[in-house]
Amino acid sequence: MKKLLKNDGVQTFLASLLCIILGMLIGYIVLLFINPAGAGKAIMDIMRNFFNFSNPLMQLKRFGNTVAKTMPLLLCSLSILFSYKVGLFNIGVAGQYCIGVCASLYAALAWHWNWFFCMTFAIVAGAFAGMLVGLLKSLFNVNEVISGIMLNWIILYFTNMTLNKVKEVASPYTLYIDQVNPGAFLPNAGLDKLFNNNQYITIAVPIALVVTIAVYVVLNKTKLGYELRATGLNAKAAKYCGMAEKKNMILSLVISGALAGLGASLLYQTGYMRWECTSASVPAMGFNGIATAFLGGLNPIGAIFSSYFIQHITDGGSYVDKSMYCSQISDLISSIIIYLCGFVFFMKYAFNKVLNKKKEPVNNANAKTDKGGEN
Amino acid sequence: MDTPYAIEMLNITKRFPGIIANDNITLRLKKGEIHALLGENGAGKSTLMSVLFGLYQPEEGIIKKDGKEVSIKNPNDANALGIGMVHQHFKLVECFTVLDNIILGVEDTKNGLLQKKEARKKVVALSEKYGLSIDPDALIEDITVGMQQRVEILKMLYRDNEILIFDEPTAVLTPQEIDELMKIMKNLASEGKSILFISHKLAEIMKVSDRCSVLRKGAYIGTLETAKTSIEELSAMMVGRNVNFHVEKQEKAPSDVVLDVENLCVKSETHNLDAVKNVSFKVRRGEIVCIAGIDGNGQKELIESITGLTNAHSGSIKMLGKDITREKIRKRNVMGMSHIPEDRHKHGLVLDYSLEDNLILERYFEPEFTNKAGFLKRKNIRKYADRLIEEYDIRSGQGAITIARSMSGGNQQKAIIAREIDKNPELLVAVQPTRGLDVGAIEYIHKHLVEQRDADKAVLMVSYELEEVMDVSDRILVLFEGEIVGEFDPKKTTEEELGLYMAGAKRDEVKA
Ligand SMILES: Nc1ncnc2c1ncn2[C@@H]1O[C@H](COP(=O)(O)OP(=O)(O)OP(=O)(O)O)[C@@H](O)[C@H]1O
Ligand SMILES: [Mg+2]
Repeated sequence: MKKLLKNDGVQTFLASLLCIILGMLIGYIVLLFINPAGAGKAIMDIMRNFFNFSNPLMQLKRFGNTVAKTMPLLLCSLSILFSYKVGLFNIGVAGQYCIGVCASLYAALAWHWNWFFCMTFAIVAGAFAGMLVGLLKSLFNVNEVISGIMLNWIILYFTNMTLNKVKEVASPYTLYIDQVNPGAFLPNAGLDKLFNNNQYITIAVPIALVVTIAVYVVLNKTKLGYELRATGLNAKAAKYCGMAEKKNMILSLVISGALAGLGASLLYQTGYMRWECTSASVPAMGFNGIATAFLGGLNPIGAIFSSYFIQHITDGGSYVDKSMYCSQISDLISSIIIYLCGFVFFMKYAFNKVLNKKKEPVNNANAKTDKGGEN
Repeated sequence: MDTPYAIEMLNITKRFPGIIANDNITLRLKKGEIHALLGENGAGKSTLMSVLFGLYQPEEGIIKKDGKEVSIKNPNDANALGIGMVHQHFKLVECFTVLDNIILGVEDTKNGLLQKKEARKKVVALSEKYGLSIDPDALIEDITVGMQQRVEILKMLYRDNEILIFDEPTAVLTPQEIDELMKIMKNLASEGKSILFISHKLAEIMKVSDRCSVLRKGAYIGTLETAKTSIEELSAMMVGRNVNFHVEKQEKAPSDVVLDVENLCVKSETHNLDAVKNVSFKVRRGEIVCIAGIDGNGQKELIESITGLTNAHSGSIKMLGKDITREKIRKRNVMGMSHIPEDRHKHGLVLDYSLEDNLILERYFEPEFTNKAGFLKRKNIRKYADRLIEEYDIRSGQGAITIARSMSGGNQQKAIIAREIDKNPELLVAVQPTRGLDVGAIEYIHKHLVEQRDADKAVLMVSYELEEVMDVSDRILVLFEGEIVGEFDPKKTTEEELGLYMAGAKRDEVKA
């Protein structure tokens, strides 16, 4: 039992669970303040998400929606953790995701490319944005957080401007893909049947899962991963043994950006969402990826579960009774939970501390104190 | 209760995964004595001291101070009891100044603002009183290891601790500095402070300590009056066999030039002047060339420019006839250069990697360890690591998968040495290779260095220890203020003569 508790994976899992519960608790308290009558129900509604429907077929379909949106989130959290292993905090993931949206939609709507090329274009765009951050960091020693945030804004306005050319006349939204170029949709490959004909379930799901496993393998089993992690853990030692730390830094940000760009294409090329050309901020998806990555213990496999969970409560937010709470409440509550999820490592630390306290020395009063020394 | 003991550690047992680091150890420290603690690498010395300092909680055993049982749960408790510690691997904040590091945690404030004036006065006074010269405003990351050591000692003195733990304080000090430190320790003891002192250098233990205790593989072996014992007895007690202190080596004529340094100038990291000034020398096959000198006279910059960690701004470095002055580190390694770095934690190891991953740090890309698709060959890595662990006697709790951070300092060093020597390099650059090793391990490493030389390889060594310099090298170059001021044959010179050159009191025109 004690051994189990000391296992790192188990600890991360427990800490994550603790964070979730704490997040729910705080969310509940906030709801109590706003309107005590519906607080309990609201939290339950969020956690229930699609189970709010009584019809199992409907549930399945809605479950499909959550799954579809989980994939981009998963990619964003992979993006975060990949750069994090090299010791970089790629907050630019939000912008890299955004430029992915821009690239895939523009290629689909303006150039009528087919899905594969749109997706590839999104990956390349994301990689390029990541590379910019990497170059600034390694050539001019610009902190990746600062340049990432700046780039997020630049990319946002660039995206608004570019996609403005493929937007509907009467609304700020981009054109429907199915009306302009259905070939840009990711193929369903029959997967939609599994979710009661949910059209948003596409090969995005297997792609994301395969990429997750690939990230895991690259980080843990390959020479590249060995180099990247060494650079992240001790950049000086990496330099000493002849690893090209600068090249590795850039490379990891390129890969990180590519992952985020792919994530964008996996969502927007299902037709689930359209871009609003008057957006005043980059999509939250990228930032949520940060919390997701930490909630998953910075482990790619863990990220699968944490991203589903985060998406589950984000979607669940829309089921909160709007007659009792204003419409932003769902975002507020899920953000509180997400925020708390960022504390996994702190929880783990606290957890360890308690664990170590428990096995304090047994002060053996009648220890044979005269043994072991002639002094 | 009146007792002659300042500290009593009774029946202490501390276990780590795979190993009992301290097995029922009892150690008593008398008031005002200097008590040496010795034992092989990994014997459990640092662990025992960390227990006393509150960093580890023992599974069994109690600690008494002045006869009263105390509970030390963390270093703050230890500090409150007047227990201070200088760690084997320093705990300094790299980007802070020397002064800030010394006062860290005990700063005086007034209205929330730091009051550094008083602190500075006290630090300067202490440093003058004990001859621990420092620059209060230098950043830690810019100063040498030796200087960092002095900062650690000052940190403890600044806190007015009365029980002082020194974990291998002399490993990086120069002989002069060690003499100074010995004086300081004696002074402190005569002022009534009690000192626990870990060292692998038996000569200084003989010189300074009143009593000494020996540990071996986690167990307590015994405590002796220093005056009634000898170096030979102590070392036999430690390693369980007789140790040969002198390096056996045959005459050997050096042949082709491997390393050729010409008119090399390297900028200092701390100031804008040159730390290495117009240095020229050669290292040939079949010789061990040793650079002697007091720490901070340009050794670091010289070595870093040879190994590629920094770049020289003028002059040239040739290896095996090829100009490598601006070559990448990887290229130099592949050409056959090995480097045992001065700071094992900063450069030598990825502390959070396992031992096996550290052992392949410079070879992981070779076909033996990575296949064509870029995957690591874990089986081969394990096999390789197990061989080195066996051959170089690297001791740890869990073998190849032990996290390097949890290994004892000496065993970390052995891991680096194993990695660098096993590459079978054409040129081995070794900076303080035996730092922190026990007498048995030193004997073994010296043997390896000589083997390299006998196999017609070139060895360039930096050591601050004159005895080692005299013993191992075939040729000695003395570096003073960035210049080579003398070249000697160890058989025709004395430590005293070298000392004069190292201090800058004498110099020759040298073109080695
Ligand atoms: N935090 C830790 N976790 C796991 N094992 C540890 C830890 N600290 C020390 N050990 C193990 O305990 C043993 C004793 O280590 P310790 O550092 O006390 O040795 P030491 O006598 O100080 O050796 P050295 O002379 O090399 O410094 C070693 O085998 C080491 O691997
Ligand atoms: Mg030690």
